[in-house]
Amino acid sequence: MVSESMSADAEQPFLQIDNMTKRFGHFTALDQISLQIHSGEFVCFLGPSGCGKTTLLRAIAGLDIQDEGRVTMNGRDVSLAPPADRDFGIVFQSYALFPNLTVAANVGYGLVNQRWPQRRIAERVAELLALVGLPEQGEKYPVQLSGGQQQRVALARALATSPGLLLLDEPLSALDARVRLRLREEIRDLQRRLGVTTIMVTHDQEEALTMADRIVVMNHGVIEQIGTPNEVYARPATAFVADFVGTMSFFEGTLTASNQLTVAGIDLACDDDRGLSAGTRVTVGLRPEEVRVRDVAPDQPNTLQVRVEDLEYLGAFCRARLRTIAGDVPILADFSANLMRDMQITLDRTLTVALPASSLHVFATPIDELTAEEAA
Amino acid sequence: MSVTATRQPTPDISRRRASLRPSENLVAGALVALLCVFLLISIAFPLYALLSKSVLNARGEFVGLANFAAYFANPILVTSLFNSLFIAALSTVIVIPLAFTYAYALTRTCMPAKPLFYALALLPLFAPSLMSALSLVYIFGNQGFLRWMLFGNTIYGPIGIVIAQVTYTFPHAVLILVTALGLSDGRLYEVADALGTSKTRIFRTVTLPGAQYGLISAAFVVFTLVITDFGIPKVIGGQYNVLATDVYRAVVGQQNFEMGAVVGMILLVPAVLAYSVDRIVNRRQVALLSARAVPYQPAPKKARDLGFVVYCLVVAFLVAAALGVAVWASFIQYWPYNLSFTTANYNFPRFEPNGWNPYFTSVKMAALASIIGTVVIFTGAYVIEKTKAFPMARGFAHFLAMLPVAVPGLVLGLGYVFFFNAPWNPLNIFYATLTILVVNTITHFFTVSHITALTALKQIDREFESVSASLKVPFWNTFRRVTVPICLPSILDIAVYLFINAMTTVSAVIFLYGAQTKLASISIVHMDEAGFIAAAAAMATMIVATSIAVKVLHILLDRFFLARFQFWRRR
Ligand SMILES: Nc1ncnc2c1ncn2[C@@H]1O[C@H](COP(=O)(O)OP(=O)(O)O)[C@@H](O)[C@H]1O
Ligand SMILES: [Mg+2]
Repeated sequence: MVSESMSADAEQPFLQIDNMTKRFGHFTALDQISLQIHSGEFVCFLGPSGCGKTTLLRAIAGLDIQDEGRVTMNGRDVSLAPPADRDFGIVFQSYALFPNLTVAANVGYGLVNQRWPQRRIAERVAELLALVGLPEQGEKYPVQLSGGQQQRVALARALATSPGLLLLDEPLSALDARVRLRLREEIRDLQRRLGVTTIMVTHDQEEALTMADRIVVMNHGVIEQIGTPNEVYARPATAFVADFVGTMSFFEGTLTASNQLTVAGIDLACDDDRGLSAGTRVTVGLRPEEVRVRDVAPDQPNTLQVRVEDLEYLGAFCRARLRTIAGDVPILADFSANLMRDMQITLDRTLTVALPASSLHVFATPIDELTAEEAA
Repeated sequence: MSVTATRQPTPDISRRRASLRPSENLVAGALVALLCVFLLISIAFPLYALLSKSVLNARGEFVGLANFAAYFANPILVTSLFNSLFIAALSTVIVIPLAFTYAYALTRTCMPAKPLFYALALLPLFAPSLMSALSLVYIFGNQGFLRWMLFGNTIYGPIGIVIAQVTYTFPHAVLILVTALGLSDGRLYEVADALGTSKTRIFRTVTLPGAQYGLISAAFVVFTLVITDFGIPKVIGGQYNVLATDVYRAVVGQQNFEMGAVVGMILLVPAVLAYSVDRIVNRRQVALLSARAVPYQPAPKKARDLGFVVYCLVVAFLVAAALGVAVWASFIQYWPYNLSFTTANYNFPRFEPNGWNPYFTSVKMAALASIIGTVVIFTGAYVIEKTKAFPMARGFAHFLAMLPVAVPGLVLGLGYVFFFNAPWNPLNIFYATLTILVVNTITHFFTVSHITALTALKQIDREFESVSASLKVPFWNTFRRVTVPICLPSILDIAVYLFINAMTTVSAVIFLYGAQTKLASISIVHMDEAGFIAAAAAMATMIVATSIAVKVLHILLDRFFLARFQFWRRR
C-alpha cells in the first residue's frame, strides 16, 4: 500500500500543515487543521459542500492566508509567503482560461514571465499540449474548445512551470459525466508519470476513492479521517465518514460486554468496540453490501430473521429494505441480480441473514446526535 | 518526449527572481492609497468645506445654525425654496407618466423602429440642459411663433422652466424605466393569462408592481435633477427665483459664501434622499426577479402597437423639436423676421470676448477628463475589486467612489469653491485652471463610471488573479494582457460617458472657470445673458454636434473595430 510505505518513511513530508485555523468573521471555516503530504502523493480533500476544502486549498496556495497555523513546504516555512513565493500550479472548476489569449499563450503564460527564449517556450508549450492530449490546438481560442479540452489546457498551464505541487479545486465538477470519467483517468495517469505531488478537492466520494493515494475527509472545518481509500471505506473513523463515503445504515445500540452489543433486543458480536465500556450507548453502522444471505444457518452467531419490505432495482444490483422480525429494525442490503435469482428474493419474503462481526462498525456518537447534526 | 525533463527548471531561480520584484501587495496598496487620496481631495474635503462653511460666519467663527435661521427668516429666499419644490414636483408628475408610457412602448409592445425611438428619447443627454430652454425662447418667447398658445402668459417663468425640465429629465426617466420594465418575468403574464385575468387587472397586479421600484427611483432622480439644475432657470426663469439661481447669485454676484453654503446644504437633501432610495430600490428590484425568470416576450397586436407608435412619434417629435429649434435658429439671420440661412451666429468673436476658445477649451477639458478619468476609475475599480491586500482601505475607497452620485453638480462646485479657493490651501494654485475643471468633472461623474467598471470586472472569472499569482505573474501584467482587453467595450463606454458629460455640464464648473478656461457651456450662459440668443444656440449646437459625433464614433468603433479585435469571443 502506497501510504503505508510513505508514512513509514522517515523523510520529511513535502507539505506540512500545523494547527491551521481560518475564520470569516465569527464563522470558523477551518479549525486547527494538521496534515502531512508526502512527495509524489495524490491526496484528495473530500467533504460536503461548504466544509472548508477550498478554504484549505487556498490557504496552502497562499491565496487566502490563514489566521493561525503554519505551512511548511519542502522544509521551508511559507506560512505568510505570497503565492508567487510558493511553488505550485492550480486548476479551478471554472477553468479560468484567459479568453482573449490563444491556447498556446495560455499555456505559456507563466513561462513568458520567467524570460524564457521564445523558441524554448514554443517547444515547452507543444510538449505540454501533447502531454494533455491536445497537440496542434495551440492556435485556437478557449471558446472554440469543449469543456473537457479547456480543463486540459488549464492543467497544461498549471504544469508549465514544473511546479512541485499541483492543486486541483473540483476540476471535474463542471464537466459531463462521460468526460469526467475520461479526464479522471487521464489526470491520475499524468500525475503518476510526472510524479508531481497533487492535492485535489472534490465532494464526489467516487472520484476520491478512485483517484487518491490518500483521502482527507473533512466536515465543518475539521478533519474527520485521513487514510487510504480502502481504510476510509472499510474502517471509517466516524459515523460521518461512514455515511459520506459509501452508504451505511445506522442503528441505535448499546454495548453489553467486550465486543458484544445489542440492537433492539438482538444480541450481536462485533470485531471492534473501540474500547468503549459496556453500557455505552453507541451507533452501529452496517454497509448494505455486507449483509449475507448465502450459506446462512439460523443457529450461526449474528444471524437474524428479516422480512423484505421494499426492493429498488439499480441495474446490476438491487437495494433491499429489510426489517427485522424481532425488534422491527430497518436494514439496507445490496443483493446482486445473481443472488436475487438464486435465493428467490421477492417482496414480503422472510429471510435469514447474517451480519458478520467484522462488518458491524461501532461509533461513539449516539444516533440522535448524528441525525440532529444532519438536520442542522 | 521526456517526462522527466519536464520537471527541470530549478525553483530556486524563480524564487530569487520573485523576491527581487516589488511586492505585489505593496503596489496594490500604493494604488489604493493614491485612489483614496484623490477621492478625499476631490470629494470628501470639498463636501466637508461646504458643511463647515454653512455653520461659520463671514469671519470664520462658529455660529451653529444661525446661517440657516437667517435663511429661513428671509421671505424672498424661502419663496425660492417653495418655487424650487413646486417646479420639481410638477416636472416629476408630468415626466414620469410620459416616460413610463414611452418605456412601456419600448419594452412591452411590438412597435416597429424601437431602437430609433429609444435613440430619439435619449437625445437630450447630448445637450446642455439649457438648450431646450433656448428653443422655448424661440418658440414661445417674445418673438416666438407659437406665443399665442400661452394665452398671454409668459414663457419666462414657471411654465418655461417646467417644459424645459421635462425635456431635460425625460431621457433619464426613460433609461431607468426601460431597465425596470425590461426586468420582468414572462411566466407571471402567462399564468395571469391562463387564469383569464383581464388586461387592466394584469397591468394593475403584475406590470405596475414589477415596475414600482423603477418608478420610485425615476421619480426621485427626476426631482433631484430638476431641483439642482441651474442652466434652465438661468435662461428661462425670468423673475421666478429658484434655489439654484439663488446660489449662483449669492456666491458669484454677492460673494455671500455663507448663504451659498446654506442653500448648497439644502440642495444636498433631496439628492441624498434620492441616492438612498435608489440603493434600497435596487436591492429590492434584483431580489424581485428569481434566477428562473424568463424575460417577457410581447406578442404583436395591431391596434395597441399602432397606438404606441403614434404616441412615441408625438413625444419623440416634441423632444427632438426642443433641441432642433435651437439648432435651426442658430442658422437663421434674424428670428422670426428674416428666416434666411446664415452662419454668422457661429462667428463667436462677435458675441463673446474669448471667441471660439470656450469651445476648444471644452473639447480639451472633455478629452482630458475622459482619458484621465477612465484610467483612474478603471484602475481604481480593478484594485478595489480584484486585489486582496488592505481590505479596509479598499472598502473606504469604494465608499468614497460611491459618494459623488449623491452630490449635485452645483453643490460639488460650491464645495470646490470653498475648499480650493481657501487661502490656507496650497492647492489653491489650481483654482480656475484646467486641472481643477478636469478633476471636478471626473469626480462629478465618478460613481456611474465606477459602477460600470465594477460590473464589467465582476463578470470576469475571479480566479484570473489566483492563476497569475500561481504562475508568478504579477497582477499588473494580467491587468494589461487580460483584464483590459476583455473590458475594452466597458472602458470605451466610460470614456464616452465622461466625454459627453464633460461637454454638456454647466452646474459644477460655473463656479470654477477662469478667464483662460471658460467652457462652451458657460459661454452659452454668458451670451444668453448678454442677449445674443442666436449665438448661444449656435454654441449649444456645437456642443450637441460634438457629443453626438463622439457617440457615433463610439458606436462605429464598437461595431466594426472592437468586433474585429474581439474575435476570441466568437466560437
Ligand atoms: N470569503 C468568504 N467570506 C465568508 N465566508 C466564506 C468565504 N469563503 C468561504 N466562506 C465560508 O466558509 C465555508 C467553507 O467554504 P469553502 O472552503 O469554499 O467550502 P468547500 O468545502 O465547498 O470548498 C463555507 O461555509 C463558506 O460559506
Ligand atoms: Mg469548494
